[in-house]
Amino acid sequence: MCGIYLDYQSAPPVDPRVAEFAERYLSSDFGNPSALHSRGLAAKAALEEARARVAELINAESPESIVFTAGVTEANNLAIRGTALRNAARGRKLLASQIEHISVLNPLKDLKKGGFDLALVPVDGMGTIDLAALESQLSKETVLTSVMYANSEIGTIEPIKEVSDLVHEKGQFLHVDASAAAGKIPIDVQKDCIDLLTLSSNDLYGPQGAGALYVKPGVRIQPVLFGGGQEKGLRPGTENLYALAGFGEAARLAKLEKAEESERLQAIRDALIKEILKIEESYLTGHPTQRLPHHASFRFSRIEGESILLTMDAMFNIQVSTGSACSSRTLEPSHVLLAIGLRHEQAHGSMVMTLGRQNNPDQIPTIANATKKTVERLRALSPL
Amino acid sequence: MAQIGYSKKVMEHFMNPRNVGVIENPDGYGKVGNLVCGDLMEIFITVKEDKVDDIKFRTFGCGSAIAVSSMVTEMAKGKTLDEAMLITRKDVADELEGLPPQKMHCSNLGADALHAAIKNYWVKIGKIKPEEVKEESHEGEEGESCGT
Repeated sequence: MCGIYLDYQSAPPVDPRVAEFAERYLSSDFGNPSALHSRGLAAKAALEEARARVAELINAESPESIVFTAGVTEANNLAIRGTALRNAARGRKLLASQIEHISVLNPLKDLKKGGFDLALVPVDGMGTIDLAALESQLSKETVLTSVMYANSEIGTIEPIKEVSDLVHEKGQFLHVDASAAAGKIPIDVQKDCIDLLTLSSNDLYGPQGAGALYVKPGVRIQPVLFGGGQEKGLRPGTENLYALAGFGEAARLAKLEKAEESERLQAIRDALIKEILKIEESYLTGHPTQRLPHHASFRFSRIEGESILLTMDAMFNIQVSTGSACSSRTLEPSHVLLAIGLRHEQAHGSMVMTLGRQNNPDQIPTIANATKKTVERLRALSPL
Repeated sequence: MAQIGYSKKVMEHFMNPRNVGVIENPDGYGKVGNLVCGDLMEIFITVKEDKVDDIKFRTFGCGSAIAVSSMVTEMAKGKTLDEAMLITRKDVADELEGLPPQKMHCSNLGADALHAAIKNYWVKIGKIKPEEVKEESHEGEEGESCGT
């Protein structure tokens, strides 16, 4: 498939080096890491190697603090449910930003049904958490606060160190969903004093179906799934060796290459934003500077995002994303766009471009021109 | 197998919509949908010998909303007003070789816009009273629930 892919945040390809590295665990170096024979031990060694690489990416205290899961949704559920339920005796108040991923918000809402108290902390127009509101909501009863490292829809990077200082001064545990940020910007769980942190393999160009939850030494959580004793009992089930080995290799490569790649993508991204904002009544969504380096998100007045996506794809073979309600399963507008203060009709006109390895500066004029043509086409159809 | 995405016909009408535009001083004008839900369409008609002589539309909305508008204008053109009043949302969806289930309500407003335009004309010529038009209007207010 040719064309220009600009939806890396929703699904990047697996890095060919990662695929080559991990492939052996599919059919030749297979084995169950729990088995005591030589093949099992080799599988266990590969698994532990991967765990060490993932731990290094976020400067975790030790590989022991990494719990592998089958992805971000599982890791977020484990963080939220596992921490709240295990530590309920210490407090039953839960806090999160309004712009968390649904795999954070939905387990929180479920806990609320079970008797926990939940409050959502607002963000400003650029998507940055309101630290004063966070502080006012925090209390000793606040057993868990969940704030993402960066938002995948608007790219905004949250002030995690400040959040962490407040949570540890006034509340208890801090969970950070870093699935969108890892591999793009440096993450140091020790420096930021993070208790729980969610990671995704695919976001690092690793295989899908793998994720991790970092759990700070000393923080007690309980499982959400029950079965065998894998992952210290916190995530039972035979390990997905192929995906996890690939995750480890992807984390190793990300640690080595992310600074340079992020710089490269940011230059393309900045040029692209500059070009696209030349379109009449176009606006950047999210923070202009505190944003993920590969992330460009916009809204255009008087047109609708699904139509933008379809036109970009069908007419120009460029794949983008949108937070428009019309493209979602529930037909609900993006809670993130509403949280930054957009009205429904404004949220409808959103377009998200997330860059990756296969993008280059030569594509900028093509993308900008296609966007301009798309917006013009749809505005010509619009009664507004 | 469940249908994946839009039908070819929907995409064809979305990419090459028929009868786009405005008619100055139309005989009938209909506007349905609302901005909050993300679908707003307007239809202009001229009437000759009790038939839809010319018809144009403009639509703010998703792919299916635009395809539906295009299709309904094509279906109505040349029909008598009574025949055009019988075109249903389902007829339009069928002509488009189906719409995804979640799109059947919110963005399938083409027939409603057509009917609104015809009723607007009928009110003008005194065939019906203005109060008979209200019930067909889907122009919603902010906060009204979408998708129904």
